[in-house]
Amino acid sequence: MKVRLEQLTKCFGNVTAVRDFTATLEDGELVCLLGPSGCGKSTILNMLSGILPVTQGNIYFDDVEVTRVPPDKRGVGLVFQNYALYPHMTVRQNICFPLEIQKVPKAERLRRAQEIAKLVHVDALMDRRPVELSGGQQQRVAIARALVKRPRLLLLDEPLSNLDARLRLEMREEIRRIQQQTGVTTIFVTHDQEEAMSISDRIILMREGVLQQNDLPQALYNEPANCFVADFLGNPPINRIEGVWRDGSFCLKDGSFSLKLTPDSPIENGRSVILSIRPESILAAQPQDAVFSCPVSRFYAMGKEEIAYLRFGSVEVRAFVPAELDLKEGDRLPVSLRGRGIFLFDAQTGGRLI
Amino acid sequence: MKDKPQAPDQPRRFRAIGEAYLYLAPFLLGLAIFTLYPVIRVFLMSFQSDYNYLNGTYAGWSLENYQNVLTDPKFTQAIRNTLLYVLAVVPISTILAVVIAWLLNRRLHGSAIFQTAYFKPMVTSITAVGLAWRLMYNQQYGILNYVLSVFGVSKIGWLTDPKWSLPALVIFGIWNILPFTIILLLSGLQNINELYYTAARVDGAKEGRIFRRITVPLLAPTIFLVCIVNTISSFKVFSELYPLFKGDPGPVYNLYTVVYYIRYMMMEKREYGYAAAAAVVLFLFIFVFTMIQLFVKKKLRNRS
Repeated sequence: MKVRLEQLTKCFGNVTAVRDFTATLEDGELVCLLGPSGCGKSTILNMLSGILPVTQGNIYFDDVEVTRVPPDKRGVGLVFQNYALYPHMTVRQNICFPLEIQKVPKAERLRRAQEIAKLVHVDALMDRRPVELSGGQQQRVAIARALVKRPRLLLLDEPLSNLDARLRLEMREEIRRIQQQTGVTTIFVTHDQEEAMSISDRIILMREGVLQQNDLPQALYNEPANCFVADFLGNPPINRIEGVWRDGSFCLKDGSFSLKLTPDSPIENGRSVILSIRPESILAAQPQDAVFSCPVSRFYAMGKEEIAYLRFGSVEVRAFVPAELDLKEGDRLPVSLRGRGIFLFDAQTGGRLI
Repeated sequence: MKDKPQAPDQPRRFRAIGEAYLYLAPFLLGLAIFTLYPVIRVFLMSFQSDYNYLNGTYAGWSLENYQNVLTDPKFTQAIRNTLLYVLAVVPISTILAVVIAWLLNRRLHGSAIFQTAYFKPMVTSITAVGLAWRLMYNQQYGILNYVLSVFGVSKIGWLTDPKWSLPALVIFGIWNILPFTIILLLSGLQNINELYYTAARVDGAKEGRIFRRITVPLLAPTIFLVCIVNTISSFKVFSELYPLFKGDPGPVYNLYTVVYYIRYMMMEKREYGYAAAAAVVLFLFIFVFTMIQLFVKKKLRNRS
């Protein structure tokens, strides 16, 4: 099912949780709503499910307006962060409950529950209670319960945040598999960028209730629309250097470092700007290829690579360097820069300049 | 293989245990003097015939007290009244309390006023309230008969007609037990995660079904607790009875309850052995009823 959100706004008293949110989800897509805590992603989910009334704007499911349609008439399946499985019911009863409400005959209820349980691999646990299940199993049951009524839209509210790191990886792939097998349009809320990057067809990044960028995962990383997007994605985080624009170059305020860049449209001298460089865009080079060289202040081993802290004038930046370089603190490292992963933003607005 | 943990030196262990008992001593002493001793004393007394309160002498050990009590028509009447009272008060008050607690928990407009109103009986003296109920039950001028007369019911002699005296006691008893029951159930309701309701609502469940399939099952442990506590306290009905009939057991001495009978034997007849035997019989009743409830609870839990 296609979902369209048009200038959706939600206010709680004086606080605006979501502001002018417009986006379209194609049929069968898995879209991640990504952003820091309190950015309004769960609010959007709750408005889509119909639990929260909308302050302004409209929601369309397949071009039919559903903004004021009650939750049970929308055909959405919702998976809660802590699953909300009914503790007094068995797995089977939990999965059957949405069908019981729809007054589906008992035999069909059981058949459909069995079918969906098989899909999410909990068919061996049907007679257990939620307390007898591990976190991952509970998660699967919660997904089964949301899917059993064949929703047109599946909403997952931070479904993996209660799982340990290893299980999270496994469940991530499982959710992807289940989603592709059922083909249901899915919205997945998370604050974990890695989760979002690995699972989704598209990512919508939000901040303080405002949509920042709605794009393919790689595009978000490679072509951030603004400074916030660049800062939010990437691990280790992007190097963020504040400075000014002077005569076609980015300069530190104290003048200890400058870098020549070519913007598409001219930038006026003296404008406050932010230079953002991804750690992997700073390369250790042969002396003859180097753009400049800079001292190494400290470094950490991270598996096959090392993260070195380099001094660009008076600021410190992170860069990946091959472990076999065998650097010591205080060495000068010849450095070249990759074309990709270097951005310039306006310091006031955060808008992208380069 | 793991080594067994070494037993600590005996003296040290005894000292540790001794220290623990030393801390417990004040409480245990109070328990022994004020609870344990009287219980044992009553139990012994129930088997001693012709016990003399003043010098502590008795004629001998026998089942005479039990024989006399169990054949006393006043006592069989008391048992019957008490059982009827329990069987009426406990289910009705529990059901009423569940519904009221559920309504209070929904935070409707004015629920704060209702909360205060419902908890009022808990902080007022039962004797004072009993006197107020006497007025309300009054055949000529009572508010209850006035309200009923609006619906065309002729005036009922709540406190004077032996047919109506037990219902009058039951109504007062329910009213009196309700606040405590509501408080317990309300706290049980507040422990139920709001998310279960949200989940059910998104699936389209109506209030009635949510109440039946989610609220009540999740509240079941509290409901059982309330039933057991209320059964025990209802078996001991006395302070509801006393003010309602000016100290008499009903208008024509038709409303003996077991505790009233115990008091009557003790304070008026000075038959201490009879009173003790009646108390032991009451204890057995409460014990059996509580066991049945625990058994049912276990059965239900295993079934669902």
